[in-house]
Amino acid sequence: MKTEDHSERTLELAGWPVRVISYKLGDKYLATADNVSPGANIAKAQGATKEEAESAVLAKAEERLARTRTMPVDY
Amino acid sequence: MANYAHPEMLVSTDWVAEHSGDDGVRIVEVDVDTSAYDEGHIAGAVGWAWNTQLCDTVQRDIIPAGDFGKLMSSSGIGNETTVVLYGDNNNWFAAWALWQLKIYGHGDVRLMNGGRKKWIAEGRDLAQDVPSPAALSYAAAAPDNSIRTFLPEVFKAVSAGTVELVDVRSPDEFSGKILSPPGLPETCQRGGHIPGASNIPWAKACNEDGTFKSTDELRALYEEAGITGNKPVIAYCRIGERSSHSWFVLKYLLGLSGVTNYDGSWTEWGNLVGVPVERGA
Repeated sequence: MKTEDHSERTLELAGWPVRVISYKLGDKYLATADNVSPGANIAKAQGATKEEAESAVLAKAEERLARTRTMPVDY
Repeated sequence: MANYAHPEMLVSTDWVAEHSGDDGVRIVEVDVDTSAYDEGHIAGAVGWAWNTQLCDTVQRDIIPAGDFGKLMSSSGIGNETTVVLYGDNNNWFAAWALWQLKIYGHGDVRLMNGGRKKWIAEGRDLAQDVPSPAALSYAAAAPDNSIRTFLPEVFKAVSAGTVELVDVRSPDEFSGKILSPPGLPETCQRGGHIPGASNIPWAKACNEDGTFKSTDELRALYEEAGITGNKPVIAYCRIGERSSHSWFVLKYLLGLSGVTNYDGSWTEWGNLVGVPVERGA
């Protein structure tokens, strides 16, 4: 199988930069979201369409990112 | 390959497409996301799970030698096999696997430049069949710990100032603003970094397509932070996989000697009682 309709974009979610990568493989779309820095995957999802897969991955990613605590730091 | 010190340590996606089925070559996928292999992988590639197959599953450690030999054997890898590793997140855990193969003395192991990301972005074929290679005889060498640093050596290094410490985590992890990468579970009690460490995030070594930057760009990146190779270098991150990636860059692409990976990393140091911690940039 070949991957098709590959795309990558960056947006902000729950105050953090997020990169969404999606593509079609076979009859389904796969989407992953990572946190850009350091680039760790935080969620993945699949769907019948690109929009469905990306919408699902963003919902999962937002929930996980919202749990990230920040500490005060003196620079 | 961009005048790297050891260009033989990298292969391109084109090379893999051409040679993945050659006798004496074994392609292995190692991902952060251990389900990615099942979604689709390079035809003929075997998949290794970093969290169950590349570690000791009882105590915290790398894979024991006996298990390593069995893994290589059952993957159709002999001592003379050319092993090409690739994976997601620009080869985070592929580099971790390469570091372990070198610890156990495997001669010919390389990374596919750009990893899974580049292979997919190029629209190349993915297979879902899981190969069953014929087992080969494999003898693991005694572990070469000259490329690995343990906690006592880090203590000595911090107090003596005889090495360069490179913290390859994100700036927010380094400063102590966050205790883990955004969206991931916290795995340490304290945030910050080992005193004296320089922050050179791993991703700065990569281009947008996941491939490594040129020799000149890499040299400038590290020299700007004072990492010139005049002193031994210890790389660390959170659990040792991102620092394997930077270890690979420093040792094989820039050719620095005396580069080691402190795989205990921040999940060890940041959980110790009474050790010094620096916060801020």
